[in-house]
Amino acid sequence: MNFPKNLKYSKDHEWLRVDGDDYYVGITAYAVDQLGDIVFLDIPSVGESLTSEEPFGTVEAVKTVSDLFLPVDAEVLEFNEELDADPGIVNADPYGKGWIVKIRPENPEDIEGLLTAEEYQELINE
Amino acid sequence: MKETIFRANHEKLGAKMVEFAGFYMPIQYEGLSVEHQHVRKKVGVFDVSHMGEFIVKGTNALPLLQYITSNDVSKLTPGKIQYSCFPNGKGGIVDDLLLYQTAEQEYLLVVNAANIEKDWAWIAKHNEKFGATIENISEEISLLAVQGPLALKAMQKLTDTNIEAMEYYTSQYLTFAGVPDILLSTTGYTGAGGCEIYFKNKDGEKIWNAVFEAGKEFDIKPIGLAARDTLRLEMGFCLYGHEIDDTISPIEAGLGWITKFVDHKDFIDKDYMLQLKANGLKRKLIGFEMIDRGIPRIDYEVCDKEGNKIGIVRSGTFGPSINKSIGTAWIDINFAALDTEIYIKIREKLLKAIVVKMPFYKGE
Repeated sequence: MNFPKNLKYSKDHEWLRVDGDDYYVGITAYAVDQLGDIVFLDIPSVGESLTSEEPFGTVEAVKTVSDLFLPVDAEVLEFNEELDADPGIVNADPYGKGWIVKIRPENPEDIEGLLTAEEYQELINE
Repeated sequence: MKETIFRANHEKLGAKMVEFAGFYMPIQYEGLSVEHQHVRKKVGVFDVSHMGEFIVKGTNALPLLQYITSNDVSKLTPGKIQYSCFPNGKGGIVDDLLLYQTAEQEYLLVVNAANIEKDWAWIAKHNEKFGATIENISEEISLLAVQGPLALKAMQKLTDTNIEAMEYYTSQYLTFAGVPDILLSTTGYTGAGGCEIYFKNKDGEKIWNAVFEAGKEFDIKPIGLAARDTLRLEMGFCLYGHEIDDTISPIEAGLGWITKFVDHKDFIDKDYMLQLKANGLKRKLIGFEMIDRGIPRIDYEVCDKEGNKIGIVRSGTFGPSINKSIGTAWIDINFAALDTEIYIKIREKLLKAIVVKMPFYKGE
């Protein structure tokens, strides 16, 4: 299973990528493997400011449903509309085209507190 | 936790293993949707050795079974099988089962793994009045379900008996993969056709290897229990603990067709169910398709347009063969007619659905 080193990770199996001024959030390869085939993403939170404790949406796989959490407190700016037509993109490319939302962190320094790829790998190996 | 004799086989094939009904079982191999489609289009193998098997025999077997099951057992002849259930004496269901007549005065009952002990106690208690010979052979018997349009063709290679000519819901003892006295039935839980093969644990490795070897040219694959559930739900087949349980009667659960009110058959809850039918049902099991986007799950509320609760979801999934979200629900009879618009409460939102006829999957 692949965990790119340029991403930050949360205990809830989301990743965060900083790309200039843009912050992308998605779910990890481990989360995708646990969920199985994803058939629907329900993201009602665009435009809202949420803490990392509140779900920003849900991901529905064939057999299970799981809440999605932001890695840090942030405003949800945009949902990846391509996932509406083809949620399987998350299974196929979880770190690339399968990004789920763009966010604006409340405190960008919170990102430093997230897990590195190595730390995340250790977490799921436990 | 219990396990079947095939645990090492599943792990070697890379299955994701979970606890199911007290057993350590393969839930998935390469992916639910792929496995599901493979059974609809080709052939797949399910290890369902966790299921329970009881033998009931002797001159008192028929009277006992007539009393404790809902279907008319006198209609069976050796080699015939019927779907049935045990009414629980309180208007609910102890379990559902397949009832095989395997010989004169000899029957095989196949029950759900989660209910083996409960069913056995129930049968033993009622048998005190009947005195049939009963035997719980669940621990000694393993079971593979080989399912899909190519299943019988593939398995035909392992026996000289013409199994491709067998009618649906029949069984035969035959020599299979060189092992004598194997019970093979044209049954399953997928709606894809195929057979189920019962054998002694000691013959398991030989049968497993032969099944996969014979199936190789048909692209046979192992299939997990997750796909078994989506396959059965697309067919509208009941699953104990979901569509049926100890609180709902066979009549309300759409199992009137296996509940036979005939003069020569007295059975548990017969009067209660006759009364229920005479008075008219207040609720029943229905199937529905989502119109709005969302996937129903067990225990979600079913509501009317105003948000008043009118029922409860019993199963729900995305159906890989039909590309729709579907579910079953127990629902107020006033909303049970086909094409009625209902609403499923998903994360505090009312999402529109419509009552449809089952099966959801109607073939290619």
